Amino acid sequence: MFLINCPYCGERDQQEFKAGGEAHIERPKQPTELSDDEWAEYLFMRKNIKGVQFERWNHAHGCRKWFNMVRDTSSDEIKAIYKMGEKPPSQ
Amino acid sequence: MTKNLRVKSSEYIDETNRISFKFNGKIYHGFKGDTLASALLANDVHLVGRSFKYHRPRGIMTSGSEEPNAIVQINPGTNRTEPNVRATEVEIYEGLEASSQNCWPSVEFDIGGINNFLSPFFPAGFYYKTFMWPASFWEKYEFFIRHSAGLGKSPTSSDPDIYDHRNVHCDVLVVGAGISGIMAAKNAAKNNFKTLLVEEKNELGGSTIFENNEFNKIDNKSPSEWLKKEIEELKSIKNLEIKTRTSVAAYHQYNYLLARENLTDHLEAKDKINKIRQRLLKIRAKKVILATGALERPLIFNNNDRPGIMLSSAVKKYSEFFGVACGSKNIFFTNNDSAYEGALSLFNKGINVEAIIDIREQSESKIVKKVKEAGIKIYWSHSIVDTTGYKRLNSVSIMKLSNDGTSVTGNKISISCDCLGVAGGWTPAVHLYTQSGSKLKFDEEKKVFLPNKNTSEQISIGSCNGDFKLDEIFNNIKKKIKEMLNINITDFDNIKVENDQENSKRNIWLLPSDKTLGKTKPFVDYQNDATAKDIKLALREGFRSIEHVKRYTTTGMGTDQGKLGNMHALGIIADTAGVKMGELGTTTFRPPYTPLTFGTIVGRNVGKFFDIFRRTPMNDWHVENKAEFENVGQWKRAWYYPINGETMHQAVQRESKAARESAGILDASTLGKIDIQGSDASEFLNRVYTNAWSKLAIGKCRYGLMLNEDGMVYDDGVTTRLGENHYIMSTTTGGAANVLGKLEDYLQTEWPELDVYLTSVTDHYATVSLCGPNSKKILKKIIPDLDLSDENFPHMSFKETNIGNIQCRIMRISFTGEHSYEINVQASYGKDLWEKCMQAGNEFNITPYGTETMHLLRAEKGFIIVGQDTDGTMTPIDLQMDWIVSKKKYDFIGKRSLYRSDTMREDRKQLVGLLTDDPNIILEEGAQIVSKLNQNPVEMLGHVTSSYFSPNLNKSIALAVVRGGKDMMGKKLFVPMEDKNINVTVANPVFYDEKNERLNA
Amino acid sequence: MRNKYSVFSLIKNALSYHENWQRAWKDPAPKKEYDAVIVGGGGHGLATAYYLAKKHNMNNIAVVEKGWIGGGNTGRNTTIIRSNYLWDASAGLYDHALKIWEGLSQELNYNVMFSQRGVMNLAHNLQDVRDLKRRTHANRLNGIDAVYLSTEEVKKFCPIINTSPDIRYPVLGGTLQRRAGTARHDAVAWGYARGADAMGVDIIQNCEVKGIKRNGDSVEGIETTKGFIKTKKVGVVAAGHSSVIANMAGLRLPLESKPLQALVSEPVKPIIDTVVMSNAVHAYVSQSDKGELVIGAGTDDYVSYTQKGSHQIVEGTLNAILELYPIFSRMRMLRQWGGIVDICPDASPILSKTSIKGLYFNCGWGTGGFKATPGSGDLFAHTIANDEPHKLNAAFNLNRFVSGDLVDEHGAAAVAH
Repeated sequence: MFLINCPYCGERDQQEFKAGGEAHIERPKQPTELSDDEWAEYLFMRKNIKGVQFERWNHAHGCRKWFNMVRDTSSDEIKAIYKMGEKPPSQ
Repeated sequence: MTKNLRVKSSEYIDETNRISFKFNGKIYHGFKGDTLASALLANDVHLVGRSFKYHRPRGIMTSGSEEPNAIVQINPGTNRTEPNVRATEVEIYEGLEASSQNCWPSVEFDIGGINNFLSPFFPAGFYYKTFMWPASFWEKYEFFIRHSAGLGKSPTSSDPDIYDHRNVHCDVLVVGAGISGIMAAKNAAKNNFKTLLVEEKNELGGSTIFENNEFNKIDNKSPSEWLKKEIEELKSIKNLEIKTRTSVAAYHQYNYLLARENLTDHLEAKDKINKIRQRLLKIRAKKVILATGALERPLIFNNNDRPGIMLSSAVKKYSEFFGVACGSKNIFFTNNDSAYEGALSLFNKGINVEAIIDIREQSESKIVKKVKEAGIKIYWSHSIVDTTGYKRLNSVSIMKLSNDGTSVTGNKISISCDCLGVAGGWTPAVHLYTQSGSKLKFDEEKKVFLPNKNTSEQISIGSCNGDFKLDEIFNNIKKKIKEMLNINITDFDNIKVENDQENSKRNIWLLPSDKTLGKTKPFVDYQNDATAKDIKLALREGFRSIEHVKRYTTTGMGTDQGKLGNMHALGIIADTAGVKMGELGTTTFRPPYTPLTFGTIVGRNVGKFFDIFRRTPMNDWHVENKAEFENVGQWKRAWYYPINGETMHQAVQRESKAARESAGILDASTLGKIDIQGSDASEFLNRVYTNAWSKLAIGKCRYGLMLNEDGMVYDDGVTTRLGENHYIMSTTTGGAANVLGKLEDYLQTEWPELDVYLTSVTDHYATVSLCGPNSKKILKKIIPDLDLSDENFPHMSFKETNIGNIQCRIMRISFTGEHSYEINVQASYGKDLWEKCMQAGNEFNITPYGTETMHLLRAEKGFIIVGQDTDGTMTPIDLQMDWIVSKKKYDFIGKRSLYRSDTMREDRKQLVGLLTDDPNIILEEGAQIVSKLNQNPVEMLGHVTSSYFSPNLNKSIALAVVRGGKDMMGKKLFVPMEDKNINVTVANPVFYDEKNERLNA
Repeated sequence: MRNKYSVFSLIKNALSYHENWQRAWKDPAPKKEYDAVIVGGGGHGLATAYYLAKKHNMNNIAVVEKGWIGGGNTGRNTTIIRSNYLWDASAGLYDHALKIWEGLSQELNYNVMFSQRGVMNLAHNLQDVRDLKRRTHANRLNGIDAVYLSTEEVKKFCPIINTSPDIRYPVLGGTLQRRAGTARHDAVAWGYARGADAMGVDIIQNCEVKGIKRNGDSVEGIETTKGFIKTKKVGVVAAGHSSVIANMAGLRLPLESKPLQALVSEPVKPIIDTVVMSNAVHAYVSQSDKGELVIGAGTDDYVSYTQKGSHQIVEGTLNAILELYPIFSRMRMLRQWGGIVDICPDASPILSKTSIKGLYFNCGWGTGGFKATPGSGDLFAHTIANDEPHKLNAAFNLNRFVSGDLVDEHGAAAVAH
């Protein structure tokens, strides 16, 4: 059970949050220009990293804000948290 | 007449408070403070249960939660019965009943005991090698296996007790209130850390409070005397909360721990009523101090499992703490000095100690000298090679141990006895430590796994850290606590500690016998009857990893989870395979540390609290008017309103007709409502719905379809433009929360440039849907001032007005195809509005209808219900709703996916109408559709999604999805049921009023 | 020739104190080159090797396993076996497996304890009823033995379920597949390992794959902690670690690896003789031959390789268990654990060739792979041996995520256990 430091509310228990998968997969600006393969890449293909992953979380039962987290998926250690739109910390 | 083995008055036993209890139907007596185990031992009862596989008689081995053998059924036959309870943990109370398990007809004479004689045929994993012939017989074999397995019996009635949860936040959590835990808690609390100290037992002090080794001293006092004073002082310390009878079950990451607090298990039945039985503490601690102690190990020798064979520390505790002698002729068997304390304890109380058998060559410690002086016979370098006594130990045979410890020599000496205290050294209780994700290392010298690398802010102190001597304990605690709490001094900096110097122990994981291993029974896992032979067999058969051996032999898989035997299993594997124990690794210690009641984990979330009920403001009216309800998500929705004993079918037929012929009223409050504001609101809707929104005039409504990014229909509803930058969106009842979540996601993460704000207002409004040809007249009666003409208030438009002085929002929209209004008022006026409508509609026979009629009416019109007519695999094109998919818009959620090779196929499943050739047959929703009968395999074209008998058309109608259905209009198909094939014809899904004339009627 | 297991061999060996049993499988060092290497020694991987050797005469093959065989999801799941899936492709795949299960103990000469005690799925709301009826009709037409049960019939088949209409989510009905049931998970891995080993397959444990060597678009071999192994065919059956291996070959997969938890109670005498699953309230329970209640919890929503999940998931599952079986309130959880499940967007697996010649993936089984073990192994062996999928796994290709031809099993089962 993680202890997550919401950038808007502070430390809260994991059960207030929802995970939103890999971060920094930007929705294509011009989807119609993409091939089926490229669209599938956006839609379904994931790095699914074992190690340090950049991912999205939502304080669903709190402020409802989305934010980013850097977490090591092999240990569940949370390394950093930053707001949407902020530059990701270097590893 | 049973013997009384009370040997001295103990301050922990209240001899003035005599308690009677039943064991296996017989009445016994004990005292307040006894456990079931100590009370039975005081009555000279050792035989308590039968083992899992061989049904061997077993007795009490330990005095704590690690007990593998003495597990009983508590209060059998009552609604408070519990299986597999350790007799060593049950505090007795007046009226307690317990019985032995896994034996029939009785623990004294158990038919299953025959397994013991068949045991040569039941080695580890025998069931993988047999019961395969004939193939069809496995079920019959399995029936017998299942009935001979299992231990106690599950309760069969509901639990009368209450359970609870409490969230605890503390600066420092100290687990275990032995000497180490008490010192740590005291220092933490005194330094202003909010501290919680939890202890599994009902008393503080651990084993130090009954310490009897006179060579250990703290400030020149006996450790027990010193500690009792410390415990007394704890009571007056602020910031310190102490929880006894509280066992930490799990230590998760981020210092999240679960502890079970036992509140009523030790009380008489009458005192349990209406009280919380157990409470789960969900603890989030900034720092954790583990002081969980150590468990004594047994020794592994031939027939080491008989009733009367116990851990030496247990013999000592029963004697010193409970004032009970476990036998009248006692022997100790040891590889270290611990057993000598047990022997002295009994000797000092005048109890016969026949001998000590020590596998070491000698020991020079003071306590050993003291035992020698007492005249107790010590057999050095000897080992027990066998024991006798089926239901109670009556002798041991010993022989001289060879120098390398692998064989025995010389004469066999038999010594009679009725209790054997076994001391095999100590295993630090690192279970919780490893659960937290922290890593262990193996100490080759001490032969123990010790804490090594912590993953959260925590320390391990005392014997769980491998510190067994007082001076080690004190020194390490002082150092570690100062570091963790960042303090310079502790209360214990200047305390003088003396302890006896123990000679190192001699560790032999499997002791030899004069018989070959094959003919012996050296148990490693007592409960599951796994022997050293089984472990060696597993290795012989190629199972190399500890996890393989564990699973193949079931070692460590019992209710004690191998607390006693796991180290020996590892040791025997290492010795046999010729590898170092440190390289083998340890098995995973999985939570919980001791079994945790389901009820405790669930707490209050049972019955009506299993999930919340969401009810509309008009709910009371529906209840008063005998509505039947349907669960939709968390909502309770009125399903139909039977009157005069109508069946559901009759009620729905009546409601449906009334709605079309005069007026119907529906509680639509559960539909999701999202308030959307901001200068980019129109653009936002353009992106989330498939159709275009920019041109929607203020005061107008529009139906929208929302897709997933993979192009499949996700939700639908009508959205109304309230102002230039203000919309109110309605969603499906079940989808409301998910839609809001999804919209927020896009807004915050993909389109942060949009000036849009979303607010859920589902619960803020009550919604009455008024429909039917007379709905206009009824509304007119309620709001006489509002111009309801088609010119002023046409279909798909909106008015903000007042009913009396209550503000309301009215949309003229329709899900039934009839002239219809949705009236929204502030939730608290919902019931008033409903009643007002009922009153005004009385002259028109206004008929309340539920969700079933709503479904029927919309099906007559061919309107879809997302989730019923769609299943996450339907595109809007599949639904034949091409009209709603904007070709002009550059993009919307899911657009690109509609243009993939598969989603563009013409022969996808498409929504169609279906009519049965016999109009009285109502198709079953979910029934499959085929074009050819007698085909093998049958090719299924699709299925029936919605099906009703339409009272307005006087025939059955259905919606279905059919492969290539849109080009099948008029085609004959079949719906094959178990007993018949139903002939159907593909039809237009709009069955009623295709030209939408009734909307303006 | 190795020992054949039977009651006679057991008696014979009892006379020699069981000291003459042979190894169930050898512990060889890897050879320099194999005709094919299977990455992952779980049930699916070992079954793949077994069928490659048995049906396709590929005996010069190896299974490499990072830890010990059967130590991943094979040894961590709740062992439910059923084939009552909605879509034709799924039904074909899982029923193929179920048919093999029915004779597997005899085929392997290893008792995998396949127990056809029936699996019930419960409906708790009207949409559940529609979905389960739809599935039952589809099953019947696909030749799968599923029947729909009324609430009374549910109660009759499993009397301890609380079917009172007054509970929060009453039982409105259910389905029953009688041929479905459970098996002994460890035995499946061990039985296939022993069978494969007997046909010459090298089972190499404690051997972690560190890289996949390619020559252009073809596989040349794998780098492992026990050195380089040359091979032209690599079949990856690495479950939760599939993406990690794919990454070594420069591929991305439509997978997320998430924690899935399960738990058992202390063992008790028989109290529930079937398997009951409820998607709506999320409660799955059966009782093992040892007597433990075996309970499957759900997945967490984040990617993790730690084999640990959050407590709220376990709590939520037990809430549901007590809703349906209030008599279990005083039962106790003995052990809980987690696995790493690789989940596909459509809740269906991938048994497919890839864009790299000689590299095959068998993954994406999510929470429900155990039941498919024999069928999955058989079909994956076919795919590797022929470099073409069998018709039963053709739909489970990687290209479906591009074309949109998904096999969406979410519809009728929120969690595809």
